[in-house]
Amino acid sequence: MPQAYRSVEITVNGLTYNRQVEPRRLLSDFLREDLDLRGTHVGCEHGICGACTVLMNGYTVRSCLMFAVQANGAEITTIEGLAKNGKLHPLQEAFWENHGLQCGFCTPGFLLSACELLERNPDPTEEEVRVGLSGNMCRCTGYQGIVESVLAAASKMKAQK
Amino acid sequence: MKDGTATMVMTPPATKPKKKEVSGQELRKTWVGQSIKRREDPRLLTGRGTFVDDITLPNLHHAAILRSPRAHARILSYDTREAENHPGVIAVLTGEEVGQMSKPFPVGVTAAFKYYSAAVGKVRYVGEPVAVVVASDRYVAEDAMELIQVEYEPLPPIVNCEAALEADAPVLHEELGNNIGCHRLLNYGDVDQAFEEADLILKERFVFPRYSSLPLETYAVIADFDAITGMFTVHSNFMGPFSMHAVAARALDVEENKLRFIVPSDIGGSFGIKTSIYPYIVLLSLASRKAGRPVKWIEDRQEHLMASSCQTDRVAYREVAVKNDGTLLGIKSKVIENVGAYLRAPEPACTFRPIGNFVGPYKVRNVQLDAYVVMTNKCPTGPNRGYGCQQIYFEQERMMDRIAEELELDPIEVRMKNLITAEDMPYTTPTGGIYDSGDYPKAMDLVVEMSQYTKLRERQKKARAEGRLFGIGIATGVDPSVSNMGYITIALPPEFRARAGYLPKSGSAESATIQMNQRGKVSVTMGTTPQGQGHETVVTQIVADELGITPDDVVIVDEFDTAKHGWSISSGTYASRFASVGTSAAVLAARKLKGKIIHLAAALLSVPEEDLIIQEGKVFAKDNPEKNITVKRVAGTAHWNHELLPDDVEAGLQARAVFRFPANVAPDPQDRVNSSNTYGFMVEIAVVEVDPDSGKVNILDWFSVHDAGTIINPKIVEGQIYGGALHGIGGALFEELAYDDDGQFLTGSFMHYVCPTAVEAPKLTIGHICSPSPLTLLGSKGAGESSSETAPAAIAGAVADALGPLGIRINELPLNPKRVWTLIHESKTP
Ligand code: FES
Ligand code: FES
Repeated sequence: MPQAYRSVEITVNGLTYNRQVEPRRLLSDFLREDLDLRGTHVGCEHGICGACTVLMNGYTVRSCLMFAVQANGAEITTIEGLAKNGKLHPLQEAFWENHGLQCGFCTPGFLLSACELLERNPDPTEEEVRVGLSGNMCRCTGYQGIVESVLAAASKMKAQK
Repeated sequence: MKDGTATMVMTPPATKPKKKEVSGQELRKTWVGQSIKRREDPRLLTGRGTFVDDITLPNLHHAAILRSPRAHARILSYDTREAENHPGVIAVLTGEEVGQMSKPFPVGVTAAFKYYSAAVGKVRYVGEPVAVVVASDRYVAEDAMELIQVEYEPLPPIVNCEAALEADAPVLHEELGNNIGCHRLLNYGDVDQAFEEADLILKERFVFPRYSSLPLETYAVIADFDAITGMFTVHSNFMGPFSMHAVAARALDVEENKLRFIVPSDIGGSFGIKTSIYPYIVLLSLASRKAGRPVKWIEDRQEHLMASSCQTDRVAYREVAVKNDGTLLGIKSKVIENVGAYLRAPEPACTFRPIGNFVGPYKVRNVQLDAYVVMTNKCPTGPNRGYGCQQIYFEQERMMDRIAEELELDPIEVRMKNLITAEDMPYTTPTGGIYDSGDYPKAMDLVVEMSQYTKLRERQKKARAEGRLFGIGIATGVDPSVSNMGYITIALPPEFRARAGYLPKSGSAESATIQMNQRGKVSVTMGTTPQGQGHETVVTQIVADELGITPDDVVIVDEFDTAKHGWSISSGTYASRFASVGTSAAVLAARKLKGKIIHLAAALLSVPEEDLIIQEGKVFAKDNPEKNITVKRVAGTAHWNHELLPDDVEAGLQARAVFRFPANVAPDPQDRVNSSNTYGFMVEIAVVEVDPDSGKVNILDWFSVHDAGTIINPKIVEGQIYGGALHGIGGALFEELAYDDDGQFLTGSFMHYVCPTAVEAPKLTIGHICSPSPLTLLGSKGAGESSSETAPAAIAGAVADALGPLGIRINELPLNPKRVWTLIHESKTP
């Protein structure tokens, strides 16, 4: 049943938004519908597929498993915030170069999970990439292109440092 | 590559192919054959794609669907008052009203039963739509949905397709008197004689489970009814065949030009599953009509798992007649196909879509197929990647292994013995398929070489000596692409098809439209609806080659709109058709446009057309290169300066082409039909080890050789093979849409319907041979379904081989740890 609205202040991709939300409003719906950031996709709404993954204060969260009110005061990065000044993030570049996507529905979630993975482990083995991304489902690629993309991005990012 | 066959082995990670060097007077072919980066990726990588749920319309309202909690029950009453009075609710539509506002969906069988977009009078599966709530937002719609009261009178359910055939089985559709939606007994060659001549007859019973390739994006519909004009406009992730548009129009009782389908540029996967969205398109269209405003419905994952679509489960009895040397003489197959609660178009295609390639790559000439298409209290089925092929190749390849076992031959040898060869091409199968090209023994040789098969067997010996359960599985299959619509009418008896006034069905056309602007840049639209296959990229490569321009000069628009695009009944992206028919349509349109450019250039240069060529953006006189004009100038003239246009030249520059295949005819009176148009080939070798303590099957290695004719973008094809293989592997090892005996659905979440992640996905070693199709303009064939058809059989073969020493036979999937552990455990218990 509808509930009293609450105020939230959430920073998304560097912009701070002050909004009124129902306490039950999912973070995924808040991002997609209230902020019109449609790049975050929803594939299951029960925390398994990882399509809705975003970064909250630098860590991945599943925006379908959180209420917007829980993100009050937080800083969120969505797929729309990954490319900077018209330049793709090295992971985006690598996915493009290595055919890391087909339909692209899973891609935003994979990219943000991979961001966190490379942040924590800049030089992963193939096995570590597979395990590190096992919280995200892709139904198109058989994962090979994704794994190759993340490995390629890792070596590129290392070389740039 | 135009003639003969060529061999290419790719081991992951594949290296980037080099730009082809081409010289001479001929047009440069530089883009086809390269793994260029995909044109659709920038938007998808940055969160700027357009999926249906990203679209919004003025005054858009939202729907939630109340669904049946029971498998089989009569609906006694609805009470919707409380829901209707709930703040924010605009309308509630019940199944009863659906029965009044729409007509039953037509379907291509003679059985007369009624299927509507929501339950009318009775519910017949868990999850069947019962009512729709339209409200200001989805949260409110779901709140109100819980306020609807429906009173049911339970009826006995039936979920097992063999039991559903029994005389005392509960009947789903009373008007039929039984649960049979369609029955055909098909005979080809002389089966009785084959079984008389046989040295050996083997018979097995096989069970194939229900699973789905399950796209990550669920069904999504926005329906908008205009009461003044009577026009329905629908945005959805439907992907064809557009023959289902006609089915939806019949149900809505509108002329087809009053039902406008718009498909956005991006669909989050389909694999055939989204063909069966059309009942929801009808349901939401009715909801919009009742609510008087546009209505959006985004299916949730539980709804998708229990009530969208999936492939059939089936029980099959297969008997084979064999000579002592391993020659396969005849096949008798009795199939009981479970299409769920309603035989829904395009079913019973699961049974008949592979009819032309029923014998796979083998020379056997005598075939009997006794097919029962049965309705039970499960979700209705529809196309799913591989559509019908994974089932028959599972049965076929398990049988080939049984023959090998019985005759003590190597499984490769038995298959080699029976393979159709390159000399036999084009080859007409006993069931009417016409295989256009191929060299199956060569592909087989390649997989044997790649896998070092002899060494694998030695490895197995060693492993067995150590007491390990190590198995090697082999599976072959012919991969049909571009369905000939005529095959579906095999479901009707020949007498019916011969009746006066019956309109025979055949064909498989696709269209492309290409427009050149005044500066010589082109835009292309297609009658296709891609779901990740990279059509924009592939069409760009083709058009750039044909017109001698660069990919940067080409823009492909992936949206589709029945009111704006060239299309026909067979349009859409399904049955692996794009690589054959879509590419050919693009080539044809580009060549038409090129003809127009040359025609106009001839007039402008005063040079005969036959002396002109287009190269690098210019039209040249072949013998006098000084005499030339830029394509841009020709285009500019066509658009800006009509004064210079000859009388027979129309202003502007555009071309639309429709490509169709020659051998698309309706089934003959003997039920033979060329059910597809191009036929690829694949063979898999899977190497597994089974853990006896957990029952887990570990894939150690996987070799996969394909013949998809000319390859336009190797990386895209590789991606399709990986994706297809994983669907087959997932279905063979993990995924099952399971029901209990009461018809309760057991796998309504990703916790229960287990999909493979990157950890479970094997690395494949992929090889190609290339036998170009003589029927398509670039020699290409489909490859999108390929390994999804053979992977289940390969897994089954490998596990059977691993467990063979324990006396275990594998005739049923999925081989999840529970089943495998139980088999091992039982084999040890005397
Ligand atoms: S949508 Fe959030 S995990 Fe699937
Ligand atoms: S690319 Fe389609 S789900 Fe991953």
